[in-house]
Amino acid sequence: MAQALMAALLYVSCDAAAEALGVDETVVALQAAAKARGVQIQLKRVGSRGMVWLEPLVEVEDAAGHRIAYGPVTADHVPELVAAGLFDAKPHALRLGRVEDIPYFAKQERLTFARVGVIEPCSIDEYVAHGGYEGLKRALTLSGAAVVQEVTDSGLRGRGGAAFPTGIKWKTVHDQPAGPKYVVCNADEGDSGTFSDRMLMEGDPLTLVEGMTIAAIAVGATQGYIYVRCEYPHSIRALREAIVNARAHDYLGSNICGSGKAFELEVRVGAGAYICGEETSLLESLEGKRAEVRYRPPLPAIQGLFGKPTVINNVISLASVPIILAKGAAYYRDFGMGRSRGTLPIQLAGNLKHGGLVEKAFGVTLRELLYEFGGGSASGRPIRAVQVGGPLGAYLPESQFDTPLDYEAFTAIGALVGHGGIVAFDDTVDMARMARYAMEFCAIESCGKCTPCRIGSTRGVEVIDRILQGVERKANLAQLENLCETMQHGSLCGLGGMASNPVMSAVKHFPGDFSRDR
Amino acid sequence: MAETDLQRQALVDGILATHAAQPGPLLPILHGIQDALGYIPPDQVPRIAHVLNLSRAEVHGVISFYHYFRQEPPGRHVLHVCRAEACQAMQCERTEAHAKACLGVDYGDTTADGAFTLEAVYCLGNCAAGPSVMVDDKLYGRVTPERLDAVLDEWRKR
Repeated sequence: MAQALMAALLYVSCDAAAEALGVDETVVALQAAAKARGVQIQLKRVGSRGMVWLEPLVEVEDAAGHRIAYGPVTADHVPELVAAGLFDAKPHALRLGRVEDIPYFAKQERLTFARVGVIEPCSIDEYVAHGGYEGLKRALTLSGAAVVQEVTDSGLRGRGGAAFPTGIKWKTVHDQPAGPKYVVCNADEGDSGTFSDRMLMEGDPLTLVEGMTIAAIAVGATQGYIYVRCEYPHSIRALREAIVNARAHDYLGSNICGSGKAFELEVRVGAGAYICGEETSLLESLEGKRAEVRYRPPLPAIQGLFGKPTVINNVISLASVPIILAKGAAYYRDFGMGRSRGTLPIQLAGNLKHGGLVEKAFGVTLRELLYEFGGGSASGRPIRAVQVGGPLGAYLPESQFDTPLDYEAFTAIGALVGHGGIVAFDDTVDMARMARYAMEFCAIESCGKCTPCRIGSTRGVEVIDRILQGVERKANLAQLENLCETMQHGSLCGLGGMASNPVMSAVKHFPGDFSRDR
Repeated sequence: MAETDLQRQALVDGILATHAAQPGPLLPILHGIQDALGYIPPDQVPRIAHVLNLSRAEVHGVISFYHYFRQEPPGRHVLHVCRAEACQAMQCERTEAHAKACLGVDYGDTTADGAFTLEAVYCLGNCAAGPSVMVDDKLYGRVTPERLDAVLDEWRKR
């Protein structure tokens, strides 16, 4: 066919972050410009490449079949871009070249996120064409125990934050007597500064569906639930569509790929409770109760959902399973350092020039992430503190920026990698106020079951208020430390138990903010 | 929205019938009712409790535990303003203060004209482009006070 008659092929993100920056208006403008010029365009909506500062990102396929990126393309840029030859991938100030050549993207190791931003999110055909369901097909040729062993050998640890070896969890469930068992995905991604679960669920939901199906086959479960927070309506829609498509192609249902094995999957929606990220409270919520944390033992792997053995894993843990099965444990294990194997989708957030998602093998330092990827602060001021691992993670000063991202290295400095969110603050931040906020957040989100968390967090706000007001500073700082110790050792779960991380790290590394008059 | 008590009752009964038999049905039922009516009317609690064989206290306890469920009708639109750390790093306090000042309400309240209910939220997952707000299901990033004015103007007309 003659070149002029072929429709220009465009890829534009449908990710919530792109929507938040005006991508829908860009799409309307692109369609209008094409119509006005009498040009045929085919516009595919894909996930986000994760370079949020370049959104809305528009990719155009050139004559050689390469995807050429332009960004950020807001609606008001469209007329001049189209006039300059956007549909033929011609030069322009916003032209970034091939996506794979953009340094931010080129320097990553995309395993779990390999398809995000590349394919149409819920399309089985595109998913399979890009290596999807190879992991499941291999799993169906193995025994459950062999699948569990493969996951164990990969070194995969829980990406939700606790970093517990995924294979060991699975083995416990596998070894329980046959009977009803469940696979539950914890998609209650409530940590500020994190959005990798959201991006994966919106951009490649079938990877999660496949990972859960492999888990079910490995442990002998026939029913699964994905518990998604209600703040993520885009994810909920994408997952539901992906599940319908998977069922229509026998990747879910009563006879998966003709194997005779059955697995059903359902999306359940949370209701704005941060505590549901804690696995036992999530199970309570799924059962229709107040999401109060359970005592342990028993472990969820032995008595979980509805009292039955349950695999409960984070989105990224489960979404990393398909590639482990498809390419083998050794392939995945060869990435990383020490006991932190594989890759981590890191989220660069807060006051950074180039915020977004960076999937890298463990071992990359904070400094590389903040400056080489993140480009320094968005405000142009010095970065003074970063919080890693969500609201319960420690605040780190510049002197700790050379710490490699590794579970053990972070534990050694009293910090946590958590779910891989990094929030940067410039030098205008008041760390005493951030410490107060950590206690306030804990008070708002405490489930109320245990006293150290429920009462301790409220008392914590009051003590920090007195410090801020300059009332008996020394005595109140001692009181705060004492209180944090009680919460740390006396709380039933990580919410109360780890609220001391941001508070005491702020006191330790930024003492001046707690002693100055304001 | 349902116009009469009878219609409302029929709607709730329909939602109960859809979900009552599934395992752990209470949250899907509460979501169903709030999606349809905008809130969970307290006078429906006895009905929900009866169908699920729970006490009224248990149902009320669940509704009041979760920040998202509301027991009073909201305004035409719900504005969620993110207060979490990543947005704080981008000065969301300014956006927050502006929202409260220009709507004349605090968190949890509805404007006098019934256009907006203002709610705090702890993370919308848009942490690389804060400060973030959400109006109903629509997400907005880099929301300075000036941009918030434009967003509110757009939604006030709907």
